[in-house]
Amino acid sequence: MNVPATRKDLMRVNMGPHHPSMHGVLRLIVTLDGEDVIDCEPILGYLHRGMEKIAENRTIIQYLPYVTRWDYLATMFTEAITVNGPEQLGNIQVPKRASYIRIIMLELSRIASHLLWLGPFMADIGAQTPFFYIFRERELIYDLFEAATGMRMMHNYFRIGGVAADLPYGWIDKCLDFCDYFLTGVTEYQKLITRNPIFLKRVEGVGVVGGEEALNWGLSGPMLRASGIQWDLRKVDQYECYYELDWEVQWQKEGDSLARYLVRIGEMTESIKIIQQALEGIPGGPYENLEIRRFDKVKDPEWNDFEYRFISKKPSPAFELAKQELYVRVEAPKGELGIFLIGDAGVFPWRWKIRPPGFINLQILPQLVKRMKLADIMTILGSIDIIMGEVDR
Amino acid sequence: MSEFSPISIYLVISPLVSLIPLGVPFPFASNSSTYPEKLSAYECGFDPFGDARSRFDIRFYLVSILFIIPDPEVTFSFPWAVPLNKIDPFGSWSMMAFLLILTIGSLYEWKRGALDWE
Amino acid sequence: MIKMIMDTTEIQTINPFSRLEVVYGILWTLVPIFGLVLGIIIGVLVIVWLEREISAGIQQRIGPEYAGPLGILQALADGVKLLFKENLLPSRGDARLFSIGPSIAVISILLSYSIIPFGDHLILSDLTIGVFLWIAISSVAPIGLLMSGYGSNNKYSFLGGLRATAQSISYEIPLTLCVLSISLLSNSPSTIDIVEAQSKYGFWGWNLWRQPIGFIIFLCSSLAECERLPFDLPEAEEELVAGYQTEYSGIKFGLFYIASYLNLLVSSLFVTVLYLGGWNLSIAYGFIPKLFDINKAGKVFGTIIGILITLAKTYLFLFIPIATRWTLPRLRMDQLLSLGWKFLLPISLGNLLLTTSFQLLSL
Repeated sequence: MNVPATRKDLMRVNMGPHHPSMHGVLRLIVTLDGEDVIDCEPILGYLHRGMEKIAENRTIIQYLPYVTRWDYLATMFTEAITVNGPEQLGNIQVPKRASYIRIIMLELSRIASHLLWLGPFMADIGAQTPFFYIFRERELIYDLFEAATGMRMMHNYFRIGGVAADLPYGWIDKCLDFCDYFLTGVTEYQKLITRNPIFLKRVEGVGVVGGEEALNWGLSGPMLRASGIQWDLRKVDQYECYYELDWEVQWQKEGDSLARYLVRIGEMTESIKIIQQALEGIPGGPYENLEIRRFDKVKDPEWNDFEYRFISKKPSPAFELAKQELYVRVEAPKGELGIFLIGDAGVFPWRWKIRPPGFINLQILPQLVKRMKLADIMTILGSIDIIMGEVDR
Repeated sequence: MSEFSPISIYLVISPLVSLIPLGVPFPFASNSSTYPEKLSAYECGFDPFGDARSRFDIRFYLVSILFIIPDPEVTFSFPWAVPLNKIDPFGSWSMMAFLLILTIGSLYEWKRGALDWE
Repeated sequence: MIKMIMDTTEIQTINPFSRLEVVYGILWTLVPIFGLVLGIIIGVLVIVWLEREISAGIQQRIGPEYAGPLGILQALADGVKLLFKENLLPSRGDARLFSIGPSIAVISILLSYSIIPFGDHLILSDLTIGVFLWIAISSVAPIGLLMSGYGSNNKYSFLGGLRATAQSISYEIPLTLCVLSISLLSNSPSTIDIVEAQSKYGFWGWNLWRQPIGFIIFLCSSLAECERLPFDLPEAEEELVAGYQTEYSGIKFGLFYIASYLNLLVSSLFVTVLYLGGWNLSIAYGFIPKLFDINKAGKVFGTIIGILITLAKTYLFLFIPIATRWTLPRLRMDQLLSLGWKFLLPISLGNLLLTTSFQLLSL
């Protein structure tokens, strides 16, 4: 007899974009069997602003204030990649001091990003209080940014061939003080969170990504390093001056949410180590390669006369991108942030393709949440660490 | 009688306490600005997929069935436990036997995996 | 006090010429009831304020400060706002279930207050079944939650209602077993007898010391019954938006809010009564009785002291649930149920058997 198997009525639920834990405007269509997740389909695009297309009719300088809106929690990285592309395309040297300033800013930004990962991640598990603690430290980082760049979030600080302004007087001491203070903050988080039995129960063995799997999905950043692969572009690509400083790649081998948590906590203390060394060893000299201001315009620039300085105050509107193409990448807090850039011997880039780490890392979500519990969606999504501004662009 | 009369008056008062607030908004708040979108079920800004009252997970039912077994057990224990000093050893130890049987029963449930939510 | 009033009413009912006095007697019964209701409402406002201030302290915030001195009136202001809000019914929901749900939750919890002794024999009704009434009535509340979850016709609400029911019936049994152990120790389920059984050895006579395991199980289970972190799955914000109260607004939402705090208050009052010696001061055994002897004439003074002691113990105990709420993450559904069924239930059963054996041997 042909009796059909008992049809299970599965519940299809919309989660997001208006959902408290969808980290912005991610929409998941979740198929539930009671508390079990049968299927999960992410739907993107609620924050799409055409970032890539906008880049195609802006000069780099015009585009720079806008890039911080990709990943608005790790703003320095988006600026860094925006200037690194043209710099490498035009083979422009960056002064040592500028490179050190960039490292300091990038690592501060990495800490800020990881902090604003930690708070919502804990809130996703149900602990609201760490959210307030991380804001305490994050405010200090933003104070530092404000002192150096004039802006707290959307800095517009990086320039082709350097940075927009030198560090103000006393900033280095302020930053050193922050480093000392922040280490106590991390200890506090670890005391509060790391060995909490309920926290461990919720994250251990949840969302396990194997090393092989992580490579196949193209994961990067802490997602990859938590799966036992020691891949950090700061070591691999040796950009800026990271090779001059003494630090280690943070990694774990379990590949679950706890491992990702530990990697990020480790990276915060490691970043502090980098910042401290960079602050101690920061050299003098120019903070910007002024040559590039006058790129391809004047044959024999006269140094130090009035006109040179006058021009040097202005951003070069006529910076020309060579008719070449390249892919540049930095190790952003969320993973590998890259740009595929095609120049067309004009002031606008011909193509500006962004490789957002959050977008690539998010792809593995449906596979990770299948056969898990409803509550695990939030744990796994939280541990992936996405910013919808960057995913949708 | 005397011990139940305050509680029966209270039984009338407490619904009033919770029902009066339900009536208070009517004179003050109008429903004139209500529109269909406002009254639709919340599902993160989209029209819901189908009805929410579908079949639900059997395990919720299983939990309530599991609850029925130990709950009368406890209810039976109350009249025994309270005058424990007044009943003879036979009565008290027979109740112990009852408790023991129920313990074995719940151990059996555990063994058969009825308590697993997986 | 109330008992005395009741006795006089009874005598008067025998007399056929005192119809007016019967009415008078009923009116006199209403006074303590309204006093109780008023006290409960004020108590809830205080808890809300405490929760906000303590959570603000834990999170290094300031907390409410503008409504009244130190923001004491903040909860009242919120309540008034909710009271004047539009009354919304979801279009595809069941209006009756939707409206009755929150009321049932509130009523069932309100009724539990009738058996709490606030002072020396200051109790609304000293029933012989005592705490058993609480056990029986408090299981009605999840029905209200399930009704509202079902009546909303919203998936989050429905899941929340189911979770609420499964959770509260799972933790009901360990809770009842703990109460049973306490009744065994006091040889009575009456709350007054339970408190008096603890009054003998001062501080060391508390059931807390005789039932330490029971106390911890009771604490866990009552947290779960109150749906507070780490057991707030039915209204888990990050998963189910707001659980069974997703569709609610205005005063109906306010009733849920009140119900959860009423439940918290009644749970800590029961902790005080069952484990912390109720209205007895229980410290400084030497001079306190003398103090009471002096004031024996002023019985009112003694009653007030009793109420104050009960409330002080209750509100001090409240720091524990409030602090856990702002410290711990939330459990998952399967972990919650296995904690209830596989850990708390066997332990509480063992605790009961242990208590029984001790009692039987000591007879």
